[in-house]
Amino acid sequence: MVPLVEVNDLTVRFVTREMTVHAVNGVTFSVSPGEVLCILGESGSGKSVTLRALMRLLPPRRAQITGSIRVDGEDVLALDAKGLRHLRGGLVSMIFQEPMTALDPVYTIGHQIVETIREHKGGTHAAARARALELLELVKIPSPERRLDNYPHELSGGLRQRAMIAMALSCGPRLLLADEPTTALDATVQIQVLILLRRLQKELGMGTIFVTHDLGVASEIADRIAVMYAGRIVEEGPVADVLAAPLHPYTRGLLASTVHGQSRDHDIDAIPGSPPDLRIVPTGCAFAPRCGMAIPQCRAGIPEERHPSPGRMARCIRVDAPVPAYA
Amino acid sequence: MNMLSPMPPPPVQDPRDRGGPAQPLMIARDLKKHFPVKSGPKGAVVRAVDGVSFTLFKGETLGIVGESGCGKSTLARLLLHLIEPDGGEIVFDGDPVAAPRGITVNALRRQVQMVFQDSYSSLNPRMPVRDSVAFGPYVHGKSRAVAREVAREMLLKVGLNPDLFGPRYPHELSGGQKQRVNIARALVIEPRMVILDEAVSALDKSVEAQVLNLLRALKAGFNLTYLFISHDLNVVRYISDRVLVMYLGSVVELGPVERIFTRPLHPYTVALLGSRPSMDPAHRIEEPPITGDPPSPINPPSGCRFRTRCPFAEAVCAARAPVLGDWLDRESHVAACHIHDPESGHSRAHGVS
Repeated sequence: MVPLVEVNDLTVRFVTREMTVHAVNGVTFSVSPGEVLCILGESGSGKSVTLRALMRLLPPRRAQITGSIRVDGEDVLALDAKGLRHLRGGLVSMIFQEPMTALDPVYTIGHQIVETIREHKGGTHAAARARALELLELVKIPSPERRLDNYPHELSGGLRQRAMIAMALSCGPRLLLADEPTTALDATVQIQVLILLRRLQKELGMGTIFVTHDLGVASEIADRIAVMYAGRIVEEGPVADVLAAPLHPYTRGLLASTVHGQSRDHDIDAIPGSPPDLRIVPTGCAFAPRCGMAIPQCRAGIPEERHPSPGRMARCIRVDAPVPAYA
Repeated sequence: MNMLSPMPPPPVQDPRDRGGPAQPLMIARDLKKHFPVKSGPKGAVVRAVDGVSFTLFKGETLGIVGESGCGKSTLARLLLHLIEPDGGEIVFDGDPVAAPRGITVNALRRQVQMVFQDSYSSLNPRMPVRDSVAFGPYVHGKSRAVAREVAREMLLKVGLNPDLFGPRYPHELSGGQKQRVNIARALVIEPRMVILDEAVSALDKSVEAQVLNLLRALKAGFNLTYLFISHDLNVVRYISDRVLVMYLGSVVELGPVERIFTRPLHPYTVALLGSRPSMDPAHRIEEPPITGDPPSPINPPSGCRFRTRCPFAEAVCAARAPVLGDWLDRESHVAACHIHDPESGHSRAHGVS
C-alpha cells in the first residue's frame, strides 16, 4: 500500500539571536491510509512540533525545517501559499487541545463551518449550511439546528471539541492531525470524544496522527505508537506490543512511572532526572544520562534504528541486553 | 524509604496535637460558597460549593475527585479562608476557625499550607527560590539567618541542592523543580496539614512519579495529613487512604479508597471510574459510561444534581435531594443516592446492602 504520509529525516530548529533550539532531530515515519499513529511523548519531546510541521504551521522565519514531508504525494515543504491553502482544511485538517482558542470567538459555529466548506468546495450558502447541520449530527451534538447559531463561548467544553471535530471533517480530509484533543476535557467527556473520534476515523477511513502524552489515551485509539524523546522517535511499533513489551528503556520507564494500579506499599519506579536541554546538540543517546542500562558506548554516538522483530523499532544499542527487573 | 503510613495514626505524639489522636484534624460542616453572576438574571449565583461536609482524620490522605467546575478547588480555598465561606463551619483539631473561642485564620494558616497546580505563577518571579522558601519562617517570627538556614535544610529535603538551586529564579527551573520548591515552601513552616490542589497534574508522567514519591516520603517524615485534590483517579487511588467524590458543588460519595474503587455506590462514581482509559488495546471501552457534559452550576438540576445524566433517574430523584448519610470513622462508606436509601421510594432502593 502507498503510504499516505511519508516523513523522512525531518529536523526542526528554532533559531533566535540568543539561541538555537533543536526541537526535532531526524524523525522518519509513515502512516498508511486509514491508520492511526499515536506520537507519545512528554512536553518538549518535539511531538507537537512534528505535527505542526506536517501542515507548515510553524513560524516560517524562526523555524528551520529540513528533510522531506510527503502527504498523499504532495511535497509539503515545497508548497507555495496557494498550495498550502488547499492542503490545510482540504487534504489535511487538524484539531487542537483547546477548542476555545482554536475556534473564532466572534463568529457562530455554523458560520465557521460554512466558511470552511465554501472556501474548499464552493457551492451555495444553503448547501454548505445543510452540510454543516449533517456534520453536527455526525459528531452527535444534541439539538444541532440550534447549536449552529451558537457562539463558541455558549457551548460546554465537550460540545466545543465536537464542533471543532465537525469543522475539521467538513471537507473530507484524508489525513487528520490531532494535537492532544482530549487532554483539556473532563474524564467522563474525554472518553466520549475518544470513542467518537475512533468511530469517525474508521467510518471515514482517514489516516490519523494523534499526539498525546497519555498512555491510556494512546491505548484507546492507536494502531501504532511512536515514542518521542528529545526530538527523536526512540521506539515504534504496534500499540499492543509496545505497551506489553516495550523495547526502549525510556518507554519502559514511562510505563512504570505512569500510575495505574501500582501497589500502594511501594514507591513508583520514577525515571530519575529530567529531559535534556534542547539548546545543546546531543552527541550520544539523549536518554543515556537518565538510563539505568547506559554503558559508555551509549554516549559515543546517536543510536541507529534497530529492528529486533518485524514492525518493531527501537533506537537503543542495548535493545538485546537483558532488562533489569522493573516493577 | 518505605513510608505510606498505614490506617491507624502514627503513634508518635505530636506536641502540636491539642485534641488527641481521636480528634479529627479538620471537620468541615455544611460549607457553602455562592458566587454572584455578573451577567445573567439578577440574583443568579454559581453554587460552587453547596453544603459540603467531611472529616479529615489525623495522619490520613483524603483524596478529592471530581470534574472541572465541581467545586473542589473552591472547597480547598474555603478551608484556608482564602475566600470567605458564605456559610458553614470549619473545626481544626477541635477549635472552630474564625469563631468565638476558636482559633484565628492566621493560626489556621500556620498549621495548614497549600500547594497549587501552577508551579510558576505561585512563586515570586523576582525572588531567588531560597528567599521564597525563607520568607514564610521569616514572617512567622524567625530571624533572617535562622530562616535562611531552615530554608536550606528544606530544599535539601525536597531533593534540591541549596547551593545549586537556591540562588536561581523560578524561570530557571523545570516544572518538577519548581513544584519541589513550592512543596519546600509549604513545609518549611512545619504545618500539620497540606492541601495539594492538583499539585502534580501539570507535570510530565516521569516527573509526576518523582514528586508523588517525594510527597509520600515527606508525609511520613513530617507526620503530615494531606488533602489531595486531583482529577486523575489513578493517582488518587495510589496516594489516598479515603476518597471524597464531588459533583456540581456537593459530595456524592465518601469512603475508604479500595471500597470506592472496587465497590462504588453512587452512579456518578461508577461512571467516573468507567471513563478511565483501559490501558489495554485489546479491551477498549466501546460505549461511554455516561453521555453529555456536566450541567452548569448556575442552575443545577432540582433534587439530585446528577439525575440529568444518571441512567437510574426516577421521579423521586427530581423531587428530593438525596442526603449523604452519616459517617462515623475512617471505614464508613456513604453515598448521596436514593438507590442506597431504603426509605427513598426509588424502585431500586430495596435489597441494597
